[in-house]
Amino acid sequence: MRETEILQRPELICPAGTPAALRAAVDAGADAVYCGLQNETNARNFPGLNFSIPDLEQAVAYAHARQAKVLLAVNTFPRAGRFELWRETVDAAARISVDAIIVADFGVAAYAARTHPKLRLHLSVQAGASSPNAIRYFCEEFGIKRVVLPRILTVAEIAEIHGNAPCEIETFIFGNVGMMAEGRCSLTNYATGISTNMDGVCSPAGDVRYVPNAEGNMTSHLGCFMIDQIGRGESAGYPTICKGRYLCSGRTQGYYAFEEPQTLNLSALLPDLIRAGVAAFKIEGRQRSRAYVTNVVSAFRRALDDVLAGRSPEIASLLALSEGQKETQGAYRSKTWR
Amino acid sequence: MHSASGPASHPADARPQLPGLVHVLLRPIPLPLLRPFLAPIAAHVARAHPQLFARLGPHAHKRFLIDPLDLPFGLLLTPDPARPQLDACRREQMPGHDARIAGTFLDLFGLVDGSIDGDALFFSRELQISGDTEAVVALRNALDDMDGSILDSVSAAFGPLSRPASLAISAIRAIRARRTHA
Amino acid sequence: MNAMPEIALGPVLFNWQPEAWRDFYFRIADAAPVATVYVGETICSKRAPLFSEYFETAIERLQRGGKTVILSTLGQVVQKTDRNLIDSICSVEELPVEANDVSALHALRGRPHYGGPMLNIYNGESLRFLAERGMRGVCVPAELSATTLAALCAVASELGVTIEAQVFGRISLALSARCYHARAHNRTKDSCLFVCENDPDGLELSTLDAHSFLVINGIQTMSHSYLNLIGELPELQRMGVSRFRLSPHSCDMVQVAGIFHAVLKQTLAVEEAAAQLGALTPRATFANGFYYGKPGHTWQSASPA
Repeated sequence: MRETEILQRPELICPAGTPAALRAAVDAGADAVYCGLQNETNARNFPGLNFSIPDLEQAVAYAHARQAKVLLAVNTFPRAGRFELWRETVDAAARISVDAIIVADFGVAAYAARTHPKLRLHLSVQAGASSPNAIRYFCEEFGIKRVVLPRILTVAEIAEIHGNAPCEIETFIFGNVGMMAEGRCSLTNYATGISTNMDGVCSPAGDVRYVPNAEGNMTSHLGCFMIDQIGRGESAGYPTICKGRYLCSGRTQGYYAFEEPQTLNLSALLPDLIRAGVAAFKIEGRQRSRAYVTNVVSAFRRALDDVLAGRSPEIASLLALSEGQKETQGAYRSKTWR
Repeated sequence: MHSASGPASHPADARPQLPGLVHVLLRPIPLPLLRPFLAPIAAHVARAHPQLFARLGPHAHKRFLIDPLDLPFGLLLTPDPARPQLDACRREQMPGHDARIAGTFLDLFGLVDGSIDGDALFFSRELQISGDTEAVVALRNALDDMDGSILDSVSAAFGPLSRPASLAISAIRAIRARRTHA
Repeated sequence: MNAMPEIALGPVLFNWQPEAWRDFYFRIADAAPVATVYVGETICSKRAPLFSEYFETAIERLQRGGKTVILSTLGQVVQKTDRNLIDSICSVEELPVEANDVSALHALRGRPHYGGPMLNIYNGESLRFLAERGMRGVCVPAELSATTLAALCAVASELGVTIEAQVFGRISLALSARCYHARAHNRTKDSCLFVCENDPDGLELSTLDAHSFLVINGIQTMSHSYLNLIGELPELQRMGVSRFRLSPHSCDMVQVAGIFHAVLKQTLAVEEAAAQLGALTPRATFANGFYYGKPGHTWQSASPA
């Protein structure tokens, strides 16, 4: 890195599935923490996870006392007839003074912009805005201040979007990498009757089954479909359809038709992403433990501080926390990923 | 706020195993001797951390078999707020259950202690889940919503035995840390 | 208030040979009892030039056959070629356009246009917002249940927006930036050599225990089962759905359209229609689970209500 180069300081945006994880993230150096309520208004509607309204109030107090922000994900799509729950959630977010809400639905965004003009809006990755004009549309219609880009773009494409988008850019740098365009996937619903977009859950735990066999292999099932068979000693991933193995004509055995289980890790691309104009780096994993939050957030806090100070970043190995115990730079490095 | 050990995992050949001595000491313990210690643990956790039940929701009444594969016995947990129960059972006579969580004693210890990420342990195949997956996820999330370790909270409640209990926990943490970094 | 119910033909989602593509539309123009035909590449911008030489001919023939032609736009917009395709379709002023992503909404805002099934329109508030910006009709996402659809129809009726629902054909379940067709053949999207052209109804994926599950179509993942709501047509009409989309497959779509049309006209009983559809698509399994709020792959017997 050239000595004279002054890099803009991006925010480090960290996940929290519980109040304890939120405190862990703040303590580990998060600039902002994102979380969701205990219902289908957010895309990690998992059993035992997330925040009640009183939890959220205390979390905001804890974070604000330490100069950290709290972002509330309200990023699912209300089914017709159920909009009231999303309206109440947006109202609560405004009342509690969260620093921004993260939205995806046209109706939710319109309601928030109209009713709470001072409430800062971020566009969720669930809105799938992957081109400058799509981003412009959301900015012009709803006053969106920041867009979270889908995990399907190269660094060069991100730089181009930054040059053409009238808002801040947030990109993922670590965590689960779903293969399908976010917010546009009903695979889970096809297998289980529960909708990722409307119910906020991909591969609901209640429909996941693991079946061990005598040889030490394990099959994973979603609804009535077998989605993978994991050999003895072979590492595993999340039981999602897009990381399963399937048969198709022309192939002699099962293959990862969409993607192998692995974790996105862009620690090596941080300087490039900052130069591309990214204003905020997001770590995925609201469904993970506070041990994960502490380890990953600390590692990226150090790495980011190193980059900004002109040192080459030293990133502690996070492989142990990674899905399939493999890492990837996914779409970001090159178009050949596609 | 967390134990000094790093993230969860370790290649399969180097996974932390219980030292032979501990194994030898635990093997002959008659379960009737263990039980008087287990019941108060469940009662204490239920009393001191009522928010657990809100997170568990309908799963509070499920029976969780916690199965340390390198020990001769397993633990059956029924969080039920009205009548929380933790009981030991011989490997040869494992009781009926809704969900089973199996792994080495040290891994399960680290999970409850808050120093290991459950997903990571699952990815590395060192944690086995069967039965009611949703109940397991709810239990994991409920136990994770706490500052520090639930084990410290339990050991502090042990009255005259809290010092030895806390020493035992520290010793096991040290073993885990050593094994993990080995 | 409800418009006369009509059959619509969705865009061809697969990479058919250009001549097959042209002949398909010629036949639809001449013989199919469909009122509206959507034309345009919605999956992969690399495919669009393949049939572009027949594009205008097909549209003219459809219009001569009395069909309303609506242009459909790409679902997933990432690369420059994708954006160029959106721009070129949305700049056509003579024909209405159906938007399948938000960048197309950006271009179509303020003039009459339609919303495609790849847009996320799940509730009345979204519909109202989009109607205020010129949306005249919506083909709803396939995963809506009857309850949700009925609630959406009630708002649409107030707004004067036409509600359309897919009633036949494989269901679009997911989009990606990665081409899974290319991946299946160890290629990448840029070096695909149009390997998708060998699968006129998509490339079938089955589970490791050999159950049919999904179908790959370029960047799109679809259901293996064909959506079939022939038994639900009367109820759909009652709730206010007025356009019924058939998604094209390699089976005889003129006959498929004839069967649906006859049921709409009440000249063919549902049971007989279902049997005829089965005979036309002997390899297909049918599903209607989404409509009943059940797993989408399942088949539920139509409720007597």
